[in-house]
Amino acid sequence: MNKISEVFKNKKALIIYLTAGDPSLNKTEEFIVALAENGADLIEIGIPFSDPVAEGEVIQNAMARALSKSINLDDIFNMVSNVKKKVSIPLTFMTYLNPLLSYGYDKFFKKCKETGIEAVIVPDMPFEEQKEIKDFTDKYGITIITLIAPTSDERIEKLAKNAEGFIYLVSSLGVTGVRREITTDINAIVSNIKQITGVPVAVGFGISTGKQAKEMIKSADGVIMGSAIVKIIAEHKENATPKIADFILGVKKEVQ
Amino acid sequence: MSKGKYGIHGGQYVPETLMTALNDLEKAYNSYKNEKDFNNELESLFNNYAGRPSRLYYAKNLTEKLGGAKIYLKREDLNHTGSHKINNVLGQILLAKKMGKKRVIAETGAGQHGVATATAAALLGLECEIFMGEEDTQRQSLNVFRMKLLGAKVHPVKSGTKTLKDAVSEAMREWTRRVDDTLYVLGSVMGPHPFPEIVRDFQSVIGKEIKKQLFEKEGKLPDAVIACVGGGSNAIGSFYDFINDTSVKLIGCEAAGKGVDTPETAATIATGRIGIFHGMKSYFCQTESGQIAPVYSISAGLDYPGIGPEHSYLHDIKRAQYVSVTDAEAVEAFEFLSHTEGIISAIESAHAVYHTMQIAPKMKKDEIIVITLSGRGDKDVSMIARYKGVDINE
Repeated sequence: MNKISEVFKNKKALIIYLTAGDPSLNKTEEFIVALAENGADLIEIGIPFSDPVAEGEVIQNAMARALSKSINLDDIFNMVSNVKKKVSIPLTFMTYLNPLLSYGYDKFFKKCKETGIEAVIVPDMPFEEQKEIKDFTDKYGITIITLIAPTSDERIEKLAKNAEGFIYLVSSLGVTGVRREITTDINAIVSNIKQITGVPVAVGFGISTGKQAKEMIKSADGVIMGSAIVKIIAEHKENATPKIADFILGVKKEVQ
Repeated sequence: MSKGKYGIHGGQYVPETLMTALNDLEKAYNSYKNEKDFNNELESLFNNYAGRPSRLYYAKNLTEKLGGAKIYLKREDLNHTGSHKINNVLGQILLAKKMGKKRVIAETGAGQHGVATATAAALLGLECEIFMGEEDTQRQSLNVFRMKLLGAKVHPVKSGTKTLKDAVSEAMREWTRRVDDTLYVLGSVMGPHPFPEIVRDFQSVIGKEIKKQLFEKEGKLPDAVIACVGGGSNAIGSFYDFINDTSVKLIGCEAAGKGVDTPETAATIATGRIGIFHGMKSYFCQTESGQIAPVYSISAGLDYPGIGPEHSYLHDIKRAQYVSVTDAEAVEAFEFLSHTEGIISAIESAHAVYHTMQIAPKMKKDEIIVITLSGRGDKDVSMIARYKGVDINE
């Protein structure tokens, strides 16, 4: 069993996204430690990209703030190796393909392995394009997380069969961002996936409160929260650490 | 299996949410493209509504002034709505209608594609929403009003550089929000498969007509076909029917902006690198760390950091040549064509005219160049006045 599936063992997993470098990489490191100490089971570190087509305004703005400090991938890897000394939960990257292609796939995934990144979530790489990076992820033992959307329909079988680590189930149509209600029938999709694979299913996109999270994990194995945290960071900037810690504690109570 | 590859370029690099919609579109397109009724309907729209076939005009004055090759102008500027954009839009909106979609969305830079989409949506009774960079809505306020007149809703896009690339991103985001009843009518030969193929097929009417019309007039193939390239739809439409005629030189003219050695350029082949963006692998203007670069050209229609994947492939295999033309050179050609032939072309098309001015004098008198004039220049007149420092009291 790899480190990722362990986080779903005997419990519901709380997965948290944040953007690297917002407001600074030192702060990202501090936030990750606070998240891990207060109940996050897995962290998705967003690699900032100039034109993130799958993101709503909250994460778009976070990425723009990070890029305005002109941080690059080497800086992000340094931050990851530092924070790895302080936390033991699995760390993953959420990234668009272009920064990786530009950096060099081999070099990127080699550094993922060296710094202890377990998996990558690539929103602009559907299953059919996985071969773009598959040779390299296989070579360095990095998991590609499969996304399934409410529109995946007959694709679900193929996607679920090939999934590893966990399945990222997109809770609703559209891009990332805080939503008041989630109208997709998550339970039905989860049970559909469960008939095909034993790989755990975590639900994300639009989940911003402990109450919504609790609702999602009735059927799913975990919940992913991003924009809600990024909003707190946007508001409190350098002073966001205690606010994030409080927020996670609150959510964790609901998802246990 | 990845689909829609042109050599190493193309593909479908999109969020999972859109994959079913792209597959549905591909299926629908493959079934309609060979259907007689669909083609008859499209041809009727082309001929009776858009004014096709567009003229292939022998530019006698231009030819004599340049003193070399014989120059013909393919007059896409005379189409309804004033540019080649209508060809693709009529095809895609007819397809949307057949697929039972209620609503179309589109991106636009200068507004040409937005106006064409709003026009065809009005004609075929579909709801229409256009995404346009906020900066472009200010630069092209007349086109914004025009789209509204045609019944479309215009969304100013406030993200990123507030220009064409951001309008594409926002239209893609909107499509993920509402995919069931909506078709994204992409304006160029770019984005994820099947768009580059669909748009190319609908635009290939340009090259087919050139071939037929020139054969009627001259009884032979042209020696060169020249068109401007942003995403590259009028160029691929002009080139496509000649790809196997290897004696015909295919030349795409990119916007160099203030020069390919300055950061203020949009010349993708000249200054870009391989990348993945907006659903496709192709060449893109980007920073060292793989961020998409802000680009610049006097022409809003060429102001895009990428190029369609089939052009990147034609460049790789050296079947087509891509050259860059600066703002100043395009403006020079814009004025030259205006007073030589009495044709005010779009500033985009003027990039192709400029390159012709360079090569025509060096060619033989029995050689033939066809320039595709992708659009008319009414939209550019006030901008050219500003460029030249003329106060026209708008």
